[in-house]
Amino acid sequence: MKRLFIWGIAAIAVWSHSDLRADDQNAAKLPEAAKKTINFARDIQPLFAKHCTSCHGTKKSEGGLRLDRRKNALDGGDSGSSIIPGQSAKSRLIALVAAVDPDNVMPPKGKRLTREQVGILRAWIDQGAKWPKDADATAAASSHWAFRPVGRPAIPPVKNSAWIKNAIDAFVLARLDQQEIQPSAEANRNTLIRRLSLDLLGIPPTPAEVDAFVNDESPAAYSRLVKRLLASPRFGERWGRHWLDKARYADSDGYEKDNARPNAWRWRDWVIDAINRDLPFDQFTIEQIAGDLLPDATNMQKLATAFHRQTLTNTEGGTDQEQFRFEACFDRVETTGAVWLGLTIGCARCHSHKYDPISQREYYQLFAFMNNGDELNGFDVRKSESEYAKYVLDKSRHDQQLTKLENTLNAEKGKLGPDLMKWEAEMRQKLASKPASPVKFHDPKVISVSSQNGVSFRRLDDGSYLVHGKNPDKDTYTVVASTKIEQISGFRIDTLADESLPAKGPGRVKHGNFVLNEFEVQTSDDQSFKKASKVELPTSRADHFQKDFPIAKAADGDPKTGWAVGGELGQDHFAVFATKQPIGKTNPTFFKFVLKQEHGTQHTIGRFRIRLRTGREPGESLPETVRSILLADRNKLGPEQHKSLLDYYATIHPVTSKLIAQVAAHQKATPQPPLMKVRVVVQRTKDPRSTFMLRRGDFLQSMKDSPVQPTGLSILQPLKSRHENAPADRLDLAKWLVDPSNQLTPRIVVNQMWSQFFGEGLVRTINDFGVRGERPSHPQLLDWLASELVRRQWGRKDMIRLIVNSATYRQSSAHRPELADVDPQNYLLSRQNRVRVEAEIIRDVSLAVAGLLSDKIGGPSVFPPLPPDVAALSYANNFKWNTSKGEDAYRRGMYTFFKRTAPHPNLNTFDCPDSNTTCVERRSSNTPLQALTTLNNKVFVDASRALARRILNSNFSNNIDRLQFAYRLCVSREPSADELSSLADLLSAGTQWYGDQAPDAEKLIGQPRLSEITIAEQAAWVATTRIILNLDEFITRE
Amino acid sequence: MNPFNEYALRARRDFLTTTASGLGLAGLGSILSDDGILSRARASGELSADLNPFAAKNPHFAPRAKSCIFLFNAGAPSHLDLFDPKPKLNELSGKPLPKSMTENVRFAFIKKDTATLLGTKRQFTRHGECGMEFSDYLPHLATCADDMLMIRSLHSEQFNHHPGQLLMQCGRASFGLPVMGSWITYGLGSESRNLPGYVVLNSGRGSSGGATLWQSGFLPSTYAGVLFRNQGEPVLNLSNPDGLPPELQRRGLEILRKLNQSRFEKIRDPEIASRIANYELAFRMQSAAPELIDLSGESKQTHKAYGIDRPEPKQKGGRGSFGNTHQSFARNCLMARRMVERGVRFVNIVYASWDHHSNLDNELKYNSGVVDQPISALIKDLKQRGMLDDTLVVWGCEFGRTPLGENRGGRSANTGRDHHPFSFSMWMAGGGIKGGQTYGESDEFGWGVAQDPVHVNDLHATMLHLFGLDHLKLTHRFQGRDFRLTDVAGKVIERWLA
Repeated sequence: MKRLFIWGIAAIAVWSHSDLRADDQNAAKLPEAAKKTINFARDIQPLFAKHCTSCHGTKKSEGGLRLDRRKNALDGGDSGSSIIPGQSAKSRLIALVAAVDPDNVMPPKGKRLTREQVGILRAWIDQGAKWPKDADATAAASSHWAFRPVGRPAIPPVKNSAWIKNAIDAFVLARLDQQEIQPSAEANRNTLIRRLSLDLLGIPPTPAEVDAFVNDESPAAYSRLVKRLLASPRFGERWGRHWLDKARYADSDGYEKDNARPNAWRWRDWVIDAINRDLPFDQFTIEQIAGDLLPDATNMQKLATAFHRQTLTNTEGGTDQEQFRFEACFDRVETTGAVWLGLTIGCARCHSHKYDPISQREYYQLFAFMNNGDELNGFDVRKSESEYAKYVLDKSRHDQQLTKLENTLNAEKGKLGPDLMKWEAEMRQKLASKPASPVKFHDPKVISVSSQNGVSFRRLDDGSYLVHGKNPDKDTYTVVASTKIEQISGFRIDTLADESLPAKGPGRVKHGNFVLNEFEVQTSDDQSFKKASKVELPTSRADHFQKDFPIAKAADGDPKTGWAVGGELGQDHFAVFATKQPIGKTNPTFFKFVLKQEHGTQHTIGRFRIRLRTGREPGESLPETVRSILLADRNKLGPEQHKSLLDYYATIHPVTSKLIAQVAAHQKATPQPPLMKVRVVVQRTKDPRSTFMLRRGDFLQSMKDSPVQPTGLSILQPLKSRHENAPADRLDLAKWLVDPSNQLTPRIVVNQMWSQFFGEGLVRTINDFGVRGERPSHPQLLDWLASELVRRQWGRKDMIRLIVNSATYRQSSAHRPELADVDPQNYLLSRQNRVRVEAEIIRDVSLAVAGLLSDKIGGPSVFPPLPPDVAALSYANNFKWNTSKGEDAYRRGMYTFFKRTAPHPNLNTFDCPDSNTTCVERRSSNTPLQALTTLNNKVFVDASRALARRILNSNFSNNIDRLQFAYRLCVSREPSADELSSLADLLSAGTQWYGDQAPDAEKLIGQPRLSEITIAEQAAWVATTRIILNLDEFITRE
Repeated sequence: MNPFNEYALRARRDFLTTTASGLGLAGLGSILSDDGILSRARASGELSADLNPFAAKNPHFAPRAKSCIFLFNAGAPSHLDLFDPKPKLNELSGKPLPKSMTENVRFAFIKKDTATLLGTKRQFTRHGECGMEFSDYLPHLATCADDMLMIRSLHSEQFNHHPGQLLMQCGRASFGLPVMGSWITYGLGSESRNLPGYVVLNSGRGSSGGATLWQSGFLPSTYAGVLFRNQGEPVLNLSNPDGLPPELQRRGLEILRKLNQSRFEKIRDPEIASRIANYELAFRMQSAAPELIDLSGESKQTHKAYGIDRPEPKQKGGRGSFGNTHQSFARNCLMARRMVERGVRFVNIVYASWDHHSNLDNELKYNSGVVDQPISALIKDLKQRGMLDDTLVVWGCEFGRTPLGENRGGRSANTGRDHHPFSFSMWMAGGGIKGGQTYGESDEFGWGVAQDPVHVNDLHATMLHLFGLDHLKLTHRFQGRDFRLTDVAGKVIERWLA
């Protein structure tokens, strides 16, 4: 019942519809292969030319197949291979031309091949499908404008060269000249500074900045302004947000669970920073696509790869994670195609592109790059450079202090000589004397022996247990026992050799070793162990241990380390663990011994016995190394051993032990580097994946006969691997994208940039430079800019400076009724375009003029107020919106936490993209919900209130002056007389209304109330500023 | 020389319907007085001076339906326990399915090797003249049998919730696409002057898809669903700030219009005209929406019929209980009728408590109890008012549930069912649908489709057809491709049409 699932267009060449395979049964029906020796040029090429290449050739390649080029023909099309050299009966081509299945015949129309012709084709395939190089068609140079090399058009002559500020204007004016249209006048300076401020920073200029610019008579005033704005850190936020749209950046996973990605913002900050420091676009690209593959990649370059970690993650229960790994890789391919190449590559996921020359195979060639980029979620990066700088400072201070403390300690240790001598002599004597209570071992009464993984135990006569039966990789043995013995001072484990064990044991692995990872002992008053206590085992000794597997590791609480006996296998061994305090009561004590064995495979103990110990060895509490030194002949000790004694003695000497404690405390307070875990892409080196074409883009239908190598698109310049003998990788892909000879990327990039300054691109279909897209309005200008981008080494700020300095950019945006018929959509750029500012910027401008906007840049995303039921509607109410307080309530819109399934309504209402797929172009709608938002939403009401206070707190004392100030703040210009009188009317109507409506006035004003003014007046001002903040002009960049 | 030509051009390009012939705006005063219920008979296009982006548009051919109420039962209820009785399933309950049936099938949670069939405990009986079968959990709905088209042969290819929900809403399991409510309002606009054309109502928990289920994708956000809320103001930001009276609001908006208009006269950007119009629409919405949600004018019988005041039952469902779900769902059904009455084009009622992996019998009882009475009341109410003829009511879900009991994680008792896209049931009523018929068949286990398969794309094609829209012609070019609600497939199912 599974239905075809096709992205794109239904009508695909007939043969991709079927899973036709010429099997042996069909082979019988096939015409016999010709007996003669085939000459390709003589026998085959004419056949292809006559019957096949009109659909499978240079002009069209239906089903992704071409039969005019050797490589394409042998690679096959969307349905996989069609020619298997040497096996004509298994070649799909033969089955189709021989009409094995009457519903699947090639050619679909026109004359079919004769049996004889099929026989010739068979013979050719059976003889190895030889195809001389000189018989190849060329690689099909597409004639589509966007796939041609970027030119460097000459700057055209124009009539009115006085208007020209730079080359851009020449191209624009030359075009206008053709239509005999004059460009618009330059916008006035008030408009220009507001335009530039909004375009470059996303916040309006202050009245002081406006005044300074308007009154600056220097010819360099404009370029100085541009320079200042480009240097502002706000520039990185404004232009970073454009990039985040393309990156489908969000703070949550997407899909049902849509879990928060708490550190997603770290990459967002990388973007802001990269743009502020003007990282050239080619490098910007390389780091984001393949930062991990750069030689000596820095952490920041690796962080940059999070560009492709903005894909969605589906953690819904019962999902097939491989399916969603494919989904993420699809997204990476298609996003890369849209952002850098302006192509709708996604069409070729399921079948060759219907309009553009992109075959399905080529889609998977790009996919192959992404297929070996693994997702790494726990990569450490610095939280921020400033925090890290502070840390480096703190750390060096801390280290200096540590050195001081250590010096003091060493000095004191140097004085210990005489005391040490005395102590050593005492200890030696003590060790040599007879113990007060000699050591004895006792068998406990074993109640049960059990295994976590189902091995069997047999009790032997000596009280030991032999393990047999199942032999699992890992196991935990638990022995429950009791005793009435008192004064128990330790436990002894014997691991015993046995003939039945591999290599006689004592372990169960082939060579007889074992690893005891943890030995734990619990005591209890009864057998239930409900009130059990764990026994501390501070010291331990063993008769033998293997290097790196000392006995102390079996009681260190770390199940990854343990005791092993390699080097002396096939023999008995034992270990003794001493308790801190004596234990045991006469009414008996119950013990639970737990032996954890989790090393590798089958490193478990094969025969063991556990016994209880009473009595103590002299000096038992000394560390084993110290004890052995003290037992050795003093005359034979080397300097290392003397040092060990000194070091130990210092820990118990009253003066030095305090200093040691100080050093330890200081070390404990060592400043930790401000690092955080982020999600990045890393190259898969172990078990790299092979890539195959997927039938109809279904990840379950790998076409194993169609392996695909990573490489580029044939319409663009060749993609080269930088390694001679290894396939290309993501770094090669990234370099290919921003290679100066790439026909698309420079055009795409300047077009995207252009659209940010004119509301439309020179190519208006910003997301489609394919044959279905619009042609550029100014093809020569586009190419000139693209070549200029490369010439200027991909400098973003440099290009922006070029564009905004042009006379074209500086034109007035007033519509020109006289051109309504000639050029209603302003393709000719005879004026600027007005654009409503974006969702985030509407918030920013409102908070900025109100004086509320926080100037904090970067950091964790914030939670400005949100109606409670919005977050509650996220899946199963699994998300809490913890409203931010203080400064964080008034951050820029771009810092609002973006939850994909429940985005903040203030953002989507104003056309913020949903972040589920890449967005290279925002569309701007105009709806009543937008009006309701800016009229009534809390943040905008807050802005009205604060703006009213700001105005009333200013030096202006009469309402006309105040209104003028309001206009200068909000729209960077003086109001007209009409505007003034209208707003003055509203003010007086408000003052009158609130004159006897004090409670209403108080509600509208909020806090704080101003003292030097009546509340009626203050409320009237709030009602008035609210209207000013709703002016079309206020939310428009003119 | 008309400055509006330019805008009209742009509008055409964007398929926005806003025209800008309306600068001779009716004063706010006259608009204020025009807040009554629109006559449903009012011809579309009467609002010649309308800058409303939802202004009604002509369909491709004569429509049968004018409005749609889409009941989206997210989480996916069990077709086997509500609509599609399978005696064979009961007979073989506890037995495994033949391996051949499950061989190439993926499940969300079921472990294939030990899974066994799970019969239903429900009693099915026949209802109406047509004898349509319903389970004992839907006694009210069963009384509408003769108005309903029961479809037992839906199939999909998505077995996880969010992708399945996207497919049901957008015709394809991808992000960035418009949902059907967006497509229909995009194609037809709305007849409401003062309410959004596409409204979403939610009861209980949020769905897997959240806001992506009422997104407008690549269409302008004008066509995104507007979520009406169950508490506070019915539409976000509808109310004036505290302390700002309607009188001053009106005065403020008059001045705003004046200022914007003078800007328009200077700059001549039609976007300004559009903004002016939208502020007026917003103002109208401020009075229309509260009127809409005020149910005090509805008769006692109506309240009772929908079950507006029903108490929550003592035994709650684990998934459905989310405050007072019974009342909230009943209210949303009545609201849907009132919206349709006022010209709203598309109402989407989301109820997302059907994901019964375990405790199926109790959960289904609770949730059926939530929806059964209000939905049947809605159908009858529409019918009695003569509105059912052109109001399409659709019961939808992203998939059905497995005939196999769910044995996730070695569960000893199979008390629930897993996700099942290969065959499931939906129903429709009104809006040009031929009621009293059961269409399509699932196989004897309710596993696959046995007869007359219906893909989601076919469902959408037929729904659009009822609205007078040709699913092949309702397109929007994005990234060089002409997108449709029906992706690359879909056929109108003639037998459904009255």
